[in-house]
Amino acid sequence: MDMTVKPHLHASATAGDQSARKIVSIDDLSLVFETNDGPVNALSHINLDIHAGDFVSFIGPSGCGKTTLLRVIADLERQTAGTIEVDGTTPEDARLNRLYGYVFQAPALFPWRTIAGNCKVPLEIFGISKEQQQRQIDKYLELVGLGDFHKKFPWQLSGGMQQRASIARALCFEPELLLMDEPFGALDEITRDHLNLELLKIWRETRKTVVFVTHSIPEAVLLSTHIVVMSPRPGRIARIIKSPLPRERTLDDRDSPEFIALAHEVREALANDHRIN
Amino acid sequence: MFKSLRNSQAAALSLMVAVLLVIWYIGALWLNSDLLINGYERRNIDWNFSQLVADAYSMQRPLLPTPDQIGAELYKSIFDTRIDSKRSLVFHAGITLSSTLLGFALGGLLGILLAVGIVHNRTLERSLMPWVITSQTIPILAIAPMIIVVLGALNFTGVLPKAIISMYLSFFPVTIGMVKGLRAPDKLHMELLATYSANTTQLFWKLRWPSALPYLFASLKIAIAAALVGAIVGELPTGAQGGLGARLLSGSYYGQTVQIWAALIVAAVLGASLVALVGVLERRINRRMGIAA
Repeated sequence: MDMTVKPHLHASATAGDQSARKIVSIDDLSLVFETNDGPVNALSHINLDIHAGDFVSFIGPSGCGKTTLLRVIADLERQTAGTIEVDGTTPEDARLNRLYGYVFQAPALFPWRTIAGNCKVPLEIFGISKEQQQRQIDKYLELVGLGDFHKKFPWQLSGGMQQRASIARALCFEPELLLMDEPFGALDEITRDHLNLELLKIWRETRKTVVFVTHSIPEAVLLSTHIVVMSPRPGRIARIIKSPLPRERTLDDRDSPEFIALAHEVREALANDHRIN
Repeated sequence: MFKSLRNSQAAALSLMVAVLLVIWYIGALWLNSDLLINGYERRNIDWNFSQLVADAYSMQRPLLPTPDQIGAELYKSIFDTRIDSKRSLVFHAGITLSSTLLGFALGGLLGILLAVGIVHNRTLERSLMPWVITSQTIPILAIAPMIIVVLGALNFTGVLPKAIISMYLSFFPVTIGMVKGLRAPDKLHMELLATYSANTTQLFWKLRWPSALPYLFASLKIAIAAALVGAIVGELPTGAQGGLGARLLSGSYYGQTVQIWAALIVAAVLGASLVALVGVLERRINRRMGIAA
């Protein structure tokens, strides 16, 4: 099954945007963790292309390697076999070129810095001028709806607002690629719906490429242009589903027949794979 | 509600102090009475209890002086004596304070530098850590005279040798606290900075140093108290002419217990004030770092 995945995505992904360039290109990639209990196949023979402007979700049960795959793209883990190119170079060079912004499951804000101060961390590390820093922070805190919270400390904000601040921090140095590891996993459903819509808006406005890890089917269907269904032991890609939904989406679309059909398809793909196991 | 709470706290504190004072006076009577009764009997004087009490609380060289005697001695040697006089406790406290502060500054700096080295370099950790720990197992009373003598032979006298002893005692808590503190950042924050390809220096100033500050202040409070002890110990073996240590030593030579106790009280107040001062600095920095007071 793995062998057929890549051509399938190629066909479907390039059908929509003929000219889009490849941001991530993964070829027969595997990753084995050596543990005390013996080797663990975290990722096995992964083939995947992600094109500029895509919103790609990795979905699957715990242990399917979706976070690990994201971490390989971010150069936080190294593969043990196969190749990966990020923006035409190695993940390490892509990281050094500041290609991507990473949003973790927890906001990971520094408690000793204000919201604006937290967003300044990457800008300071990249040696960006003070005026430019201020402009970028003003722009992106406004974009995530935190325009009035520059001087607040993280503990003064709700969990949802903290996560928005961390998204602003990932956006403020304007990376091409946004890597998000279950960014809304710890939030309540109402906040999560709200932030999903905001993320869609940000994605449309900034034209970024997003790779998004989730274990929520509605979230994956609502957000993605491509849904990568993964399965565990060994972690691998079970299916890649291209979304027929338009880029412009609202929460009401969740009641549309297309949405329900797509959610069903994703659920089937996840369930099928479980039957195999 | 807060007011009544504060009032009840004040009442509890006053009660505690009152109880301690009563115990102290009883103790002074008990400890001093043997000496007095021996004296009465030697000189064949008739005595009664009220005379014993009166005498026990007004001896020149009591075994245990009373709080009011110590208070009078403190008042005399702080307010009734010129500050540059050798009988002024302010003069002596100033001498001790200067070597305490110099030793504390040196010790703090050394402690931080050692911790930075240990955290960033595995070889340094393996080679330094055993020595750091061994250094504190040597009794300071044994090593202090040697430091004074060796430095004296090299023509270092005055504040510096005592400051070195203070440094010797105060670097240790700072090193231990800072090694822990500089390793305190959680994995997520470390990975965040890894995604920005931050170098070691940036990682240090953006993450390690601010994470370590709470640990730094906890260990600085221990360090400054240790520095004071170091300075006083440094004044003992040299027959130093000044300092609270010298005052303690001369008091014990001449059996001037009231003088010893007065110097002890000043040392205790000085130590408490120094620790409180570090606490004030800590609260200021905490407020700047957004930690609610």
